[in-house]
Amino acid sequence: MRELVCIVCPRGCHMKVDDELNVSGNFCPRGASYAKAELTHPTRVVTSTVRIKGARYPRCPVKTAAPVPKERVGDVMAEIAKVEISAPVRVGDTVIEDVCGTGAAVVATRELT
Amino acid sequence: MYDLIVIGGGPAGLAAACSAWDNGLRSILIVERDRELGGILNQCIHNGFGLTRFKEELTGPEYAHRFVELLSRTGVEARTDTMVLEVTLDLRVHMTGPETGYRVEEAKSVILAMGCRERTRGAIGIPGTRPAGVFTAGAAQRYVNVEGWLPGRRVVILGSGDIGLIMARRMTMEGAKVLACVEVMPYSGGLTRNIVQCLEDFDIPLYLSHTVTDIRGGDRVEQVVVSRVDENRRPIPGTEMLFDCDTLLLSVGLIPENELSERAGVEIDPRTKGPAVYENMETSLPGVFSCGNVTHVHDLVDFVSAESERAGAAAARFVLNGPAAGEPIALQNGFGVSYTVPQRVRPGNVEKAFNVFFRVNRNFGKSEIVVSRGETDLCRFKRDRLAPGEMENITVPVKLLEGASGPITVAVREV
Repeated sequence: MRELVCIVCPRGCHMKVDDELNVSGNFCPRGASYAKAELTHPTRVVTSTVRIKGARYPRCPVKTAAPVPKERVGDVMAEIAKVEISAPVRVGDTVIEDVCGTGAAVVATRELT
Repeated sequence: MYDLIVIGGGPAGLAAACSAWDNGLRSILIVERDRELGGILNQCIHNGFGLTRFKEELTGPEYAHRFVELLSRTGVEARTDTMVLEVTLDLRVHMTGPETGYRVEEAKSVILAMGCRERTRGAIGIPGTRPAGVFTAGAAQRYVNVEGWLPGRRVVILGSGDIGLIMARRMTMEGAKVLACVEVMPYSGGLTRNIVQCLEDFDIPLYLSHTVTDIRGGDRVEQVVVSRVDENRRPIPGTEMLFDCDTLLLSVGLIPENELSERAGVEIDPRTKGPAVYENMETSLPGVFSCGNVTHVHDLVDFVSAESERAGAAAARFVLNGPAAGEPIALQNGFGVSYTVPQRVRPGNVEKAFNVFFRVNRNFGKSEIVVSRGETDLCRFKRDRLAPGEMENITVPVKLLEGASGPITVAVREV
């Protein structure tokens, strides 16, 4: 039996998961899938910034468009740190297509001109 | 003359203006002091915003962008880089900006949406020297996420507010070492999920019932002293721990920014430090409404948007249909409750039910929230747990108020 707090939404359900991966204490189905993933192959959406030239500010916020395996977060951060883009950029523009072979794109989260 | 002037172009102001437009107002002005709309969301690059409002997990800038897009489909005018200096009783708004110069605009209604600001070292009086390296968590967030500077390498965080927790993770991921998060209260001030995903995920220790009792260093922070505190929050001698660090981040609370409201003569509730409001977010001044963090500090922007949409709709009703009617009933704190918003309800102005937002003053296990009027219990709401860091929200059917008299009390009963 494992206990964990759901991080999917701010409700923060306190959940219990047994050895057969039966989840209890979750308010919604997202909690159950989070709990199962967390105990088998945990993932995270990575948010960070990249350098941007010619914009109002020197950094543009980005995120992975899908969750990536938790153990790859460090690699993804290192890859994101290498990138420099140029203005203008729009929300959702791809910054890295398939980051570290995770299958997830890194996309801009802010419009900067 | 404008139908409505909204002061502040952050999430509260954006939602309020959109909603006022949707409810029929056609001459609306948003005044924003920053160079762009979106407010603090633009530096909150982490995700988790919008699950309630958009049923999606968005980052702060994306959430702001959604509302800026909605706004662009209206005829709302937005004046950025413009500072409001004064709002007068007759609803004249004094403002100044580099392009327009000094202007006075008249309005039929005003929405206060100025947000809040962070408490600083001065507000909590930490002893010690005054070296560089002491930042509020939000200032550090701007340096890292917008300006591209890492403000330190070895960090201690005082306070467990959400921004401090988010910055613990952010600075760790950018290569800094976060040594500890120190909280004077026996419970965390932030959301449980942030304790889990920002501290526990990175093995950052959280010291509850501890505080920073000394800051040491010449030009730059070199060391902070952390001591355990007793139940009266007084440091216990002999419990000192030393942390060699170059940075201290403060996440020790937010204060609604109400200089304009106070000067206008709006009644301020000492519990929330924001305007006291009626059920429709109207302040003590008719035609002046207040929403978002200037009213009471929220945990979630989704709730700021929802509250602000109600304020926008109410401003539209005020302009189009005239003042709200009805005798007000006061709401008061019962056991375990530290404030309520609204502070007053006019049943005649409520269609079916009204929402009450409040915070509890300590952690509770399985509990009931009991709403009563005089001696009469009106309704109860079950909760598995209650925490001061998580704002509560209940919906009270207005017809329950009939037949009872006196103020409404919201209380916690542990079961």
